[in-house]
Amino acid sequence: MAMTVHVDVVSTEEQIFSGLAEAVALPGEAGELGILPGHTPLLTRIRPGAVRLKLPNQEHDELIFVAGGVLEVQPGLVTVLADTAIRGRDLDEAKAMEAKRQAEEALSNQESKLDYARAQAELAEAAAQLATIERMKKRGH
Amino acid sequence: MAGGKEIRNKIKSVQNTRKITKAMEMVSVSKMRRAQERMRSGRPYTQKIRQLAANLALANVTDYRHPFLAKVENPKKVGLVLISTDKGLCGGLNTNLFRMAVNRLKEWEEAGATDIRVTCIGNKGLGFMQRMGARVISHVTQLGDTPHLERLIGPVKVMIDAYLGGQVEAVYIAFNQFVNTMKQEPQIVQLLPLTGESMGTPDSSWDYIYEPDAQAVIDEVMLRLVEATVYQTVAENMASEQSARMVAMKAASDNAGNVIKQLQLVYNKTRQAAITREISEIVGGAAAV
Repeated sequence: MAMTVHVDVVSTEEQIFSGLAEAVALPGEAGELGILPGHTPLLTRIRPGAVRLKLPNQEHDELIFVAGGVLEVQPGLVTVLADTAIRGRDLDEAKAMEAKRQAEEALSNQESKLDYARAQAELAEAAAQLATIERMKKRGH
Repeated sequence: MAGGKEIRNKIKSVQNTRKITKAMEMVSVSKMRRAQERMRSGRPYTQKIRQLAANLALANVTDYRHPFLAKVENPKKVGLVLISTDKGLCGGLNTNLFRMAVNRLKEWEEAGATDIRVTCIGNKGLGFMQRMGARVISHVTQLGDTPHLERLIGPVKVMIDAYLGGQVEAVYIAFNQFVNTMKQEPQIVQLLPLTGESMGTPDSSWDYIYEPDAQAVIDEVMLRLVEATVYQTVAENMASEQSARMVAMKAASDNAGNVIKQLQLVYNKTRQAAITREISEIVGGAAAV
């Protein structure tokens, strides 16, 4: 039997793969990586692409697509921490800017947003008053 | 005693209320199962990345120490990530958490914290913090039933940037820990700098090969670790929300049932009293004739 290494592919939302493989191939930050059992410890980012797993006693490779992430290699263990979202410095920055903008907007609109509940209560009260007046009018007061 | 018609109307209205609470209970039961599953399926990633961070701390990183691993004593500028629900009707879940958060904020202020910034995840927490007049630097609401990491990245990054920029010295995260279906516990734990046993002293026997370089990769890992932690707590809070709602709605349905029973009793009694009175009147009338 060929040598195998334990491989875990996990994303924040779920465990995608866990089991033994004879070889792993995946797109690393600095180029395509092929990892065999007993590889020296390695830590690298991976680019969006396919992780190919050569499983023992199976003709075809198992293919898993990842949107990037981090790869950790220990001699007997390969861990792929897959991203669920497409990441990038600019993209993250844009998201943060958006979040900041929203917070600032909320701050400048604080009156309206903060008092929303109170306004709603006042509206209900006013509507009730109106209804009462209507009723009184009908009775001829 | 109230007339028969009023009591009947009252019974009708309570019955309608019970229908709604019953329906909400059913919905929560099914949502709770999925939320719990989601919480569990997120755990492997968190475990792996914690392991990785621990390995990193053990490996011999000679020249680069990530700012997330710094030590801080008695922080003067504090950040709080408050995770709450978007919707209400879930018992005392949010209230308990907010009370705990407020107490903690007071403690920090007494300990000399001058600047407190808050990131709110969830509508209820945002409303509460705005009413409190806290400084909300970012927020995200309407997450729905599934926590999406994509939506959390931005608001969390604002807080992380504040930490890296030195505007806050420590970041805490407040959420409801899911103990079991009947029990949820409000918790406030330190998010940054990373704490705990996992961050041991470097043992210089081995190190990773870093590609492209140590700093870039470690930055990436640390960022993901924090995000994964936030994601996991959000998932946990959602599981707590659904179970709390289920329990609250079950109690409401039971109470409505009791009220209906009592009203029915009163209704029957008045009805019987009316019949008795009528009969005695007839008998009295017949006797008079």
